[in-house]
Amino acid sequence: MTTEEIKFNDAAQHKVQEILAQYPEGKQKSAMLPLLHLAQAEFDGWLSPSVMDYVASILNVQPIEVYEVATFYSMFNLKPTGKYLIEICQTSSCWLCGAEDIIHYLENKLEIKTGQITKDGMFQLKRVECLGSCGTAPMFQIGDKYYENLTFEKIDSILEELRNENKRSTYV
Amino acid sequence: MMSKKLLLKYDHIPGIQALDVYRKHEGYSALEKALKSMQPDEVLEEVKKSGLRGRGGAGFPTGMKWSFLAKPESVPRYLVCNADESEPGTFKDRYLMERIPHLLIEGMIVSSFALGAKTSYIYVRGEYFYIIKILQNAIKEAYAAGLLGKNILGSGFDLDLYVQPGGGAYICGEETALLESLEGKRGNPRIKPPFPAVAGLWGCPTVVNNVETIAAVVPIINDGGEAYAKIGVGKSTGTKLISASGHINKPGVYEIELGVPVEEFIYSDAYCGGIKNGKKLKAVVAGGSSVPILPTELILKTAKGEPRLMTYESLSDGGFATGTMLGSGGFIVMDEDTSIVKNLFTFARFYRHESCGQCSPCREGTSWMEKLIKRILDGNGKISDIDLLWDVQSKIEGKTICPLGEAAAWPVAAAIRHFRPEFEAYINQHNTIKEVKHYYRLNNLAEV
Repeated sequence: MTTEEIKFNDAAQHKVQEILAQYPEGKQKSAMLPLLHLAQAEFDGWLSPSVMDYVASILNVQPIEVYEVATFYSMFNLKPTGKYLIEICQTSSCWLCGAEDIIHYLENKLEIKTGQITKDGMFQLKRVECLGSCGTAPMFQIGDKYYENLTFEKIDSILEELRNENKRSTYV
Repeated sequence: MMSKKLLLKYDHIPGIQALDVYRKHEGYSALEKALKSMQPDEVLEEVKKSGLRGRGGAGFPTGMKWSFLAKPESVPRYLVCNADESEPGTFKDRYLMERIPHLLIEGMIVSSFALGAKTSYIYVRGEYFYIIKILQNAIKEAYAAGLLGKNILGSGFDLDLYVQPGGGAYICGEETALLESLEGKRGNPRIKPPFPAVAGLWGCPTVVNNVETIAAVVPIINDGGEAYAKIGVGKSTGTKLISASGHINKPGVYEIELGVPVEEFIYSDAYCGGIKNGKKLKAVVAGGSSVPILPTELILKTAKGEPRLMTYESLSDGGFATGTMLGSGGFIVMDEDTSIVKNLFTFARFYRHESCGQCSPCREGTSWMEKLIKRILDGNGKISDIDLLWDVQSKIEGKTICPLGEAAAWPVAAAIRHFRPEFEAYINQHNTIKEVKHYYRLNNLAEV
């Protein structure tokens, strides 16, 4: 893909203008994180170098200023992901309530290790740090949705539902 | 005894997320009172009188923080709400924003009025995207009702309020890292001074306050600072949201009057409802992952034998030798079967992942601590590793730009301080197994 081909559609362009208007004149770089989220949602769930260059051109900053931000934050994917990125919390309270069992169950069921993508490209497992769902542990996040108080049965039905829905998960 | 509720008084009302329902339950009465009958300085006075302390974790008096705000002529001032809730064990802000979003919006408008901010931001951790949508919706409703925008309620006061998403980084809960992030940069904490009150967002005077802190301004203005200060014990005034999790019967968010005994909080059915499966309590992390873990005997009673209370002072009684901190109110409970070392490993892994990498003691120290704890858990540890771990943590504390260094060091120090035999058991047990295997030439057997 070349930079010329990468362009937000009209609806996304409209959102870009809305976001840029949230900051005082000359402080548009502040739109960096919201625009990266939007770009990730619009362009297949990850930020390729050309997508980041495109965001740099909108913000009128050097591409490196985008790269250094995108590589800092854990929510930005710098490689293609599975259609559903399953982000499993592994920190204290979730660990106390059986997060490792949940991870092993998912690894066995999907026949992948954490970090990997299933052969059909549908699911990817990722271990993440505390998502602020400690009272409803164990949990995972897929896109902007929290799945809480997980049990093996619950996981089975969630995966089944998503397989049927077959639509890329995004945060935006 | 049930605690008085100020923030979660109406969170159970169906539809309270909507503006019209919220308004039927005292909603925006604090805003009307402030805009129609008070001067900005009078709002500040009430907050000072209330004794409210920052609810994000540091517990700094809010009125004092507000009074530090520089007010140079013709320079904009900003109020930024810190909703980057990421401290393991803490989920109260999420609960508040999800259940009763207009309480935060109202608090933001009243606080902005007091500080003279004409533009304010709520910086929400990116993972809470569904919360961002809830807040944006509430803000839209508030604009439509003339509670935001130009000439709010005919008072002449203007305010624009925006929600900013984070990108997934614990460090952005540190206020200067948050401001860097809000400016579209990596979340590297700034060197202080200057403090944000003088040079904050885009170099302008800025106040950064936690969600719960800003929400608490609403009841303070409604009932007066003095009424708020009457709740609680000593310098721990008012109510506090506690996020309770771990091995308890009733995990969740509880609003308590500061001063509830820890024992009551753990065992009463009004709160945690006791330990799950009838097991015994082993340890508690009382204020989010950063604060020292305490064993049962020290969390229920101070070293002097007095009942430990849920207050800033009582929880820190005895210093770190025998006490801890109220912190963010992230209350993680562990039962008798919990491995303190394994739990510590999840903390160490967390801080290694979240260190921004700016200061070497933290960048190098956090990964070193994680590796050492892993080595002990894997059965390859030596007794001297415990001392090494102690040494590493002591060389992070106080040697970094921001408090993430301390936050990473304290849990390690406390685990060794109170549970050293457990570390030794991991090491000795594995050494014994190795010796037995060696003696019987069983080295080709699978790892235990």
